[in-house]
Amino acid sequence: MARKKPARYSAFDLVKRGLKNEEWPRLWDHHDLNKSYDAIIIGGGVHGLATAYYLAKDHGITNVAVMDKGYLGGGGSGRNTAIVRSNYLTPEGINFYNRSLELYGSMATDHNLNVMFSERGHLTLAHSDASLRTMRWRAEVNKLQNINSLVIGPDEVKKIVPSLDISRDAAHPIEGALFHPPGGIIRHDAVVWAYARSAAAMGTQMHQKTEVLDIICEGGSGPDGKGPGGKVTGVRTNRGDVSAPVVVNCTAGWATLISDMAGVKLPITTFTLQAAVTEPVKVFLPAVVVSGSLHCYVSQTDRGELVFGAAVDPVSTYSMRGTFEFTENLAGHILDLMPGVAKMRLLRQWAGLCDMTPDYSPVMGVTPVEGFYVDVGWGTYGFKAGPGSGEAMANTISSGRNADIIAPFDLARFAEDRLVGEKGAAAVGH
Amino acid sequence: MLLVPCPNCGPRDASDFKFGGESSSRPDPRTATPEQWRDYVHLKTNVAGNQKETWYCRGCRTYFSLHRDTVTNIFGAPQS
Repeated sequence: MARKKPARYSAFDLVKRGLKNEEWPRLWDHHDLNKSYDAIIIGGGVHGLATAYYLAKDHGITNVAVMDKGYLGGGGSGRNTAIVRSNYLTPEGINFYNRSLELYGSMATDHNLNVMFSERGHLTLAHSDASLRTMRWRAEVNKLQNINSLVIGPDEVKKIVPSLDISRDAAHPIEGALFHPPGGIIRHDAVVWAYARSAAAMGTQMHQKTEVLDIICEGGSGPDGKGPGGKVTGVRTNRGDVSAPVVVNCTAGWATLISDMAGVKLPITTFTLQAAVTEPVKVFLPAVVVSGSLHCYVSQTDRGELVFGAAVDPVSTYSMRGTFEFTENLAGHILDLMPGVAKMRLLRQWAGLCDMTPDYSPVMGVTPVEGFYVDVGWGTYGFKAGPGSGEAMANTISSGRNADIIAPFDLARFAEDRLVGEKGAAAVGH
Repeated sequence: MLLVPCPNCGPRDASDFKFGGESSSRPDPRTATPEQWRDYVHLKTNVAGNQKETWYCRGCRTYFSLHRDTVTNIFGAPQS
């Protein structure tokens, strides 16, 4: 099938449509559900849409439906703090984050859509000798993986972010920082739209408000032919039954609910992670600043709002209600770090669902049910890894076997004691 | 904030407790195969709905089980 490109955005187009007051074309069209597809991707977030995009672009598989029970990018993809970085700890994990960072870097040109990628640098502050030691370890591990990552002293921190107090009188003195120049922020909604628009232009169908109620299997060892040894034949949705030999689970926080429908049990627990944003002020924060011991991270958007994030909440839940406890703790920690923002007001707070695994690494690739693939368990790192894992999942789906980059993250690792511990690279202690 | 009903201390803020995760039944370590044991350690039900779970109260230093709806966060009656 010939590859199509969506209508290009250009300055000329902007002027023309502005003068004529013309409508912009839709990013993707509405379709009725077909009776069958070559593949169904459940979950219209960065992971699902990137998978759909690379299936179409790299493998020519375009008879694909992306189904989301809500709207595209309404889950973790629209709720994260939009920070991208690749200074992780395991070589296996770094492969994904580094590849993703590369793809994010060229995304605006690749997709002709402004994703507002700002490679502004990522600072993880150390407030004690012990955390400085951990930073050195991370920097050395990163250097071995060709990741631009180094430990810097307080004076250099001050040069990068002049508004930070590096004096010894600070409540939590800054002893140094892990500096990761390629890290930055990107507009997460635009990332979702870019993948959806490009995939839709190649023939992939986007189905919003399409909830998968059941996965239809045959030949499995469990009830209704589900479970190990069986294979998927389609899905039952709120808009009718659809057959497909391949079903991909990209549903993050809801991952176990979808996998249960195919009889596949996962090592995943759903926790919330909360974030908040302030009113906009003049730009004063040129880098992403993280403090592990204060459990917070902060960046300033191009509009001037400060975006705060924290650790996952301590109790597993599917409820995305924010808590006052979070705001109170966050404000306390941020004020320890930046007393000057005391008079700023929070505009809003929100929570997103994180699919946490025992080793803080994802679960990807084939499952004991033929045709049922998972790209889940990304926990708090999912957004950063979206493009790279979409590319690898597309490779896996088209070949029917796990791509090399995915192999360490298969579901079988939990039964074979091959855990890939990535907890040490979390931005803040969880 | 969650108000957790401790059987001894009554309803208290969740920060007074340690959340122990969903309850599961431990296989007999003498007869369990390594696969069964690893499934017990790692695999989760992660139910969206009524979940039996373990809590530890830092006030009265007691472990106890509770039922909670993981979608609404409403607790059932405490059990020892």
